[in-house]
Amino acid sequence: MSKPKVAFYWCASCGGCEEAVVDLNEDLLQVAEKVDIVFWPVALDFKRSDVEKLSDRSIAVSFINGAIRTREQEEMVRLLRKKSAYVAAFGSCAHIGGIPGLGNQFAKEKLLKLIYEDLETNDDRTVPKPLSKADGNELEIPEICEYVRTLDQTIDVDYYIPGCAPPADIILKGLTAFLKGELPPKGTVFASDKSLCDTCPLRDKKPDKFSIKELKRPHEVIHDPEKCFLSEGIICLGPATRSGCGERCINANMPCRGCFGPSPRVYDQGAKILSAIASLLGIDEEEIASEEDVSRLIDSIPDPVGLFYMYSLPASNLGDKRRNDEQKDNS
Amino acid sequence: MKKITIDPITRLEGHGKIEIFLDDKGNVKNAYLQIPELRGFEVFSLGRAAEEMPRITPKICGVCPTAHHMASTKALDDLYKIEPTETARKIREIIYCAFMVEDHALHFYFLGSPDFIVGPGAPAGSRNILGVIEKVGLETGKRVIEMRKRLRSIITFFGGRVIHPVCGLPGGVSKGLDENERKNIEGIARDAIDFAKFSLDAFRNIVLKNEEYVKLITGDIYRHRTYYMGLVDKNNKVNFYDGKIRVVNPDGREFAKFDVKDFGDHIAEHKEEWSYVKFPYLKKIGWKGFTDGEKSGVYRVAPLARLNASDGMATEYADKEHDAMFKTLGGKPSHHTLAFHWARLVEMLYAAERLLELSSDKSITSKDLRNLPERKPEEGIGVVEAPRGTLIHHYRTDERGVLNYVNLLVATYGNAAAISMSITKAAENLIKKGQVSDEILNKVEMAFRAYDPCMACATHSLPGQMPLTLNIYDHERHLIKKLSR
Ligand code: SF4
Ligand code: SF4
Repeated sequence: MSKPKVAFYWCASCGGCEEAVVDLNEDLLQVAEKVDIVFWPVALDFKRSDVEKLSDRSIAVSFINGAIRTREQEEMVRLLRKKSAYVAAFGSCAHIGGIPGLGNQFAKEKLLKLIYEDLETNDDRTVPKPLSKADGNELEIPEICEYVRTLDQTIDVDYYIPGCAPPADIILKGLTAFLKGELPPKGTVFASDKSLCDTCPLRDKKPDKFSIKELKRPHEVIHDPEKCFLSEGIICLGPATRSGCGERCINANMPCRGCFGPSPRVYDQGAKILSAIASLLGIDEEEIASEEDVSRLIDSIPDPVGLFYMYSLPASNLGDKRRNDEQKDNS
Repeated sequence: MKKITIDPITRLEGHGKIEIFLDDKGNVKNAYLQIPELRGFEVFSLGRAAEEMPRITPKICGVCPTAHHMASTKALDDLYKIEPTETARKIREIIYCAFMVEDHALHFYFLGSPDFIVGPGAPAGSRNILGVIEKVGLETGKRVIEMRKRLRSIITFFGGRVIHPVCGLPGGVSKGLDENERKNIEGIARDAIDFAKFSLDAFRNIVLKNEEYVKLITGDIYRHRTYYMGLVDKNNKVNFYDGKIRVVNPDGREFAKFDVKDFGDHIAEHKEEWSYVKFPYLKKIGWKGFTDGEKSGVYRVAPLARLNASDGMATEYADKEHDAMFKTLGGKPSHHTLAFHWARLVEMLYAAERLLELSSDKSITSKDLRNLPERKPEEGIGVVEAPRGTLIHHYRTDERGVLNYVNLLVATYGNAAAISMSITKAAENLIKKGQVSDEILNKVEMAFRAYDPCMACATHSLPGQMPLTLNIYDHERHLIKKLSR
């Protein structure tokens, strides 16, 4: 029997997802024996035409990381979709947009102007252009795209390998499922079915009932490693985030920022954490927080969008609105 | 005029592209290295709470996230005008030294050394880590993987995750260590020193004993007389974590030495319409185009530049290696671009020795990890030496610590102009009368791979491995040759 074909591909990403694969170390060598890697731009010589030549659905699985920013990325993932039996979104950026997704709060014109004109180290106001001339030679660079999209806003996605970057055990779990052909239902996120709070080592320290009088920012107080962040008034995205990372940030005494995406059955990570915090607002047990209390609380957070949607803005309700605007603009 | 068509691969990847134009005699007229992507961290960081920056900016690059994490954390110290506790400062440096060793090892064994250990003339198919392992033996290959894994475990221990660590806070770090962990790190440091010495020996045996390689290293194709920049301690020794920025001229004389808060007086950035990358230069000299020499403001950063800009290394063995290297290269400063590889190994040894110094200090198990900020924030600037050069984060905030100005001078930009020049020079030497051999791609690639240009910082690909396209046009601007890998 021939080995299953596997492809790795990257879109707008930092290279951390590739490092995560390299970090499999010996395990990577073992996996490499069992599969035929047909496409991996970072490590292997490749041509797009090689992929085009493959028959449809002949790649067993394509792991695609990075968010979608350019038309070219879009074309490439469409091609991979056509050639692959399964597609897995790999890492936070492909899964929910990731940190670069925060760019969806800014217009493209502002991006170029600020970086090439406003920053103080710029010596003049030259701005890069898609088409330009230097010494009489025509030169071309791709245009910057307006919005960041997740992979499943671009193509049909079968599975998700979450995390920024995904930890080794999660990657191996995903790879093994494909190798053994033991595939869970479509749409499965290869992580836990619980929320981070459910598996957090500080969970037992999280009082059943407590109220927050005041919110604190991580640099303002010294966190007690024995206490739940939220009970200290430090915002932690644990209640809204899927478990499976091994509580990596918590183990470094820092609150979660949500890179594993929304916890199961939650669609909008930011809305979920907001309601979780609102319900902990400093009021007596039976009362429900008034709108005024909630808005006072939110006002005390300097950048609620950036905090609650640090990784998931493109995948969120807010992100959708942006995208809809773009579609309207284009039509 | 014929319209230039761009290989879809390049456009798809957002990676590097080199365009070479020939004159009517078939010699190189112009060459351009284009970086076709931009993600805009300086823009979407605006409006964020400053303390989140050490968690946001590492995403610029998954290969050197620790460098951004540390530069950002130091910018926060400055923003709140608060010093880290002594313990926290040492822990940060421990993390940083572990990072420098593993990152330099990654570059040397996986990305750079295929050129030397396997050989510059070897077919591209064998010029990779597997080719290196074949040459140095499987045991060595395993040793490299194991060493990197253990060094990276130090970063994971403190930072929670090695890809994008999270432990930095203004005035300190979020996690300390106990005596057991200290001993563990001390053990790793000892092995790292042996590993670095072993790597230097391998370089001596395989590269320096081969006349052809030595000729290549010291030849004119890969030589540029430029200024050099790097962080130095109070004795002008190389330092990665802190110190003053020192610049030497092409003769090795000190040209400037300044505190990072004054970087705006010394560094300006030139731009070209055809690339998203900026080209920093020495403001006091000015931008004179892509040219070297004393009158051009172009400077270089990263391993060889740091060694050139210093008076040596602060640890015993690394300092000896430093002296030996410059002796062989024919004096200091050295302008041989390929010597970046060698300097990288000298730095690896320094970082390992420094890691041992720091981790054998029993006082680092103190629980005094944080000073709490009290001052109102306004402006903060932080600097570190990233593996690929001087890295500066500059923030301004309102009084709640919400960012309203962010400027990031990423390390790879520091060498952007020099990389362009090195490529042009290599192309000029290798293309004559329209004769283009396939080997040129190799040789041109070597020119920029020596810099370890982490294009992830500029775009998003692993250093040295970027699928590169080289297009060559004749004097009528017809595409006559396309080479890509
Ligand atoms: S809120 Fe954060 S610290 Fe608290 S239990 Fe949940 S994940 Fe853990
Ligand atoms: S704790 Fe949260 S932010 Fe940190 S790795 Fe886990 S899911 Fe991601």
